[in-house]
Amino acid sequence: MLRRLLPLIVFVALGLLMLIGIRISADRDPDALPTPLLNQPAPGFALPELHQPDRIVRSEELAGAPYLLNVWGSWCPSCRIEHPVITELANSGRLRVIGYNYKDEREDALRWLGQFGDPYDLIVVDEDGRTAIDWGIYGAPESFLVDAQGVIRFKLVGPLSDDIIERDILPRIGVASAETATP
Amino acid sequence: MIPELGQVALILALLVATLQFVLSLWGAQRGRESLMAVARPAAYTQLALVLLSFVMLTVAFAGQDFSVAYVANNSNSLLPMHYRITAVWGAHEGSLLLWALVLSLWTAAVARFSRSLPPEVIARVLAILGLVAIGFLSFMLFTSNPFDRLLPAAVEGHDLNPLLQDPGFIIHPPMIYMGYVGFSVAFAFAIASMLDSRSAGHNSERDWTRWVRWSRPWTNVAWAFQTLGIVLGSWWAYYELGWGGWWFWDPVENGSFMPWLVGTALLHSQAVTEKRGSFRSWTLLLAIAAFSLSLLGTFIVRSGVLTSVHSFAADPARGVFILVFLCIIIGGSLLLYAFRAPDAVAGKPFAPLSRETLLMTNNLLFSAAAAMVLIGTLAPLLFEALNLGRISVGPPFFDLQFAILMAPVVLLLPFGPFTRWQKELPGRYLPLLRFAVTAILLALLLGWLLGDGFTLKSYIGVAASAWIIAGTLRYAWQRLRSSSALNAETAGMLLAHFGMGLFVAGVLLVESLGVEKDVALKPGSSAEINGYRFQFDGVERVQGPNYRADRGSLVVFDGEQEIARLHPEKRAYASGGQIMTEAAIDPALHRDLYVALGERLDARGDGATVEASSWSLRIYVKPFVRLIWLGGLMMMLGGFVAAADRRFRKPATAVRTEAA
Repeated sequence: MLRRLLPLIVFVALGLLMLIGIRISADRDPDALPTPLLNQPAPGFALPELHQPDRIVRSEELAGAPYLLNVWGSWCPSCRIEHPVITELANSGRLRVIGYNYKDEREDALRWLGQFGDPYDLIVVDEDGRTAIDWGIYGAPESFLVDAQGVIRFKLVGPLSDDIIERDILPRIGVASAETATP
Repeated sequence: MIPELGQVALILALLVATLQFVLSLWGAQRGRESLMAVARPAAYTQLALVLLSFVMLTVAFAGQDFSVAYVANNSNSLLPMHYRITAVWGAHEGSLLLWALVLSLWTAAVARFSRSLPPEVIARVLAILGLVAIGFLSFMLFTSNPFDRLLPAAVEGHDLNPLLQDPGFIIHPPMIYMGYVGFSVAFAFAIASMLDSRSAGHNSERDWTRWVRWSRPWTNVAWAFQTLGIVLGSWWAYYELGWGGWWFWDPVENGSFMPWLVGTALLHSQAVTEKRGSFRSWTLLLAIAAFSLSLLGTFIVRSGVLTSVHSFAADPARGVFILVFLCIIIGGSLLLYAFRAPDAVAGKPFAPLSRETLLMTNNLLFSAAAAMVLIGTLAPLLFEALNLGRISVGPPFFDLQFAILMAPVVLLLPFGPFTRWQKELPGRYLPLLRFAVTAILLALLLGWLLGDGFTLKSYIGVAASAWIIAGTLRYAWQRLRSSSALNAETAGMLLAHFGMGLFVAGVLLVESLGVEKDVALKPGSSAEINGYRFQFDGVERVQGPNYRADRGSLVVFDGEQEIARLHPEKRAYASGGQIMTEAAIDPALHRDLYVALGERLDARGDGATVEASSWSLRIYVKPFVRLIWLGGLMMMLGGFVAAADRRFRKPATAVRTEAA
């Protein structure tokens, strides 16, 4: 009997996992789970730059103008999906985009950028993920909007989209979003 | 008015499906002929109603009725007519409607082509299909109604996702759904056989072979459609996503691949149960699993639980609905299985070396592969659920595990047809081994002489392929020599196995010999890759019907001879959204030349116009990549041919002459 019940037991376990999955995906909404850092000064960091490993970038250097900190890794498939969106944002010149290469190998990261293009102003490297703890980063992709005063204004877990940029990001730093002209 | 008509038809279809489920099942369990007789007319009525509803939605798209929210979200006045029609299944609500339509098609086909079945069997089977239809129709009506109005109406639509504006997308989803939903027939037969109260796990030998024989052609056809759907999906991803790969182990791809793997196991297991009476409970379980995984595949795409290139809408309410539905269908059938499945020991006994053993090994390997894909797909979710952070299980995991599981399949495949039921002597394999080993040596020699830059992996590829193909041909020859004609079932099997041989060669050759290069080129300059010279002639702006594109021009030379002109594009659709890469491909059986346009390099600098700029380009040379899809198409053909075997139709002809 037990052997015949086994498929059912496996399915029940799977069902529970799915239920948890649904609850997590409901929580994934950035408004429902704001980072405790929201409207707080961004944590400081001192991390090497990807292209020039000798150079250490400090968070203070970035102050003065708003920027988007985009957490990515070559191992992350969703980063590939959001990459064209980031490229377009960076090329439009409306907002500085700083890359945050998270738990990645340097060679892999460089190869990835070679393949998909490098839109970032500069890229900081957090190989062991220690700084990420201060920021509350727990995966990729994630993005933080930091204003000119160094305060975190918005955080997104998951891939960016044009809609989120127009609706949630650009208005928060007072950049008028491009009119979505009807063709 | 037209959308309301579609809406009403959908509600009526739900009512008819409920009648089909309740009345026919009740009739079958109580033995009332008059109630069982409801099943067939209900199936036809349901098809008519869902079809009407589908046509109404198509009319709304064709006529650009932006007062329907779904149309406004997925169409646009600039959208060409053929994409307006395919936009019907371009997003969540409409693709559910397509699912329901395909289901009612299969149901009506079962009703039509099963005249020879006893009335209580057909009543049960149609009742189970009715239950599935209830689930999908109410899901649509309660959470994702394609006919919801948008008031006031939008002036302009939002546009169909540009990724989906492509000929490959016109046929890919319908084929995948034909496969997904087709497994519901084998599932319904399995459930119906367990609901038979006379049996309660003790069906007679004859009953067993009968239900398996009835469901076999349906399984074959469903499997063949699923194969075609996967091949089309892979081909679409190859040229549309511009990443040069043909399989990404993306959650949605995996969702369609798991039922295929289990379906493959089911095909082979059904053969044993029909011919020898063994593996009964295993066949039942596989029939349940194949359809459950089809539902799970739908769940993964629809619920937004896993992120993927394909996910349309993430809506927890929908997720919960599907989960409840899954619990009723899958949980219910597994509970039934626990109480009503037949005893494990049944059928004729067999020796360790016999066709039964080999088919059992096939079953275990394919089921293990499906389980591996399931684990890999859900692992990120499990880690997240246990608060271990997010992980991403990528191709390295799947490639390795899959290779480990498929290596024995390749090794054992040619032995299968040669092996006799019940007991085989090792000595009888000698003719096969002599022939196949000669073929392998020849293939290796050819690879050594002609192969350019062959690695160990490429040699393994040609050897494995030669092994499968030679073994298959040798068996075909033996059959033709001993008996004059091949029956359709054997011919289909041989075709599918031959296709597997081509597929293996394609995969290993393209993995080992494929070249990928990123180059930056100024107009007029050229790059040399694998002996081909790619000359870049610059980029121009062109205007499409609903997009603007940067269109590159390249001429490819082999030595001094021009062999291809390629025009990769980057398209910006008028409706906004991301830029789409349209790769340009020059296909040939022995290699594809593939170019994707990258970034304009001096875009932010001044001076240079689009025409004079240099661009980054991604160039691939993909040897023998076409064999992958060619092999897949042969497998599909094999499935259809095997389903056409006369043996499966025999009882039906008897009754038809009676009726006439």
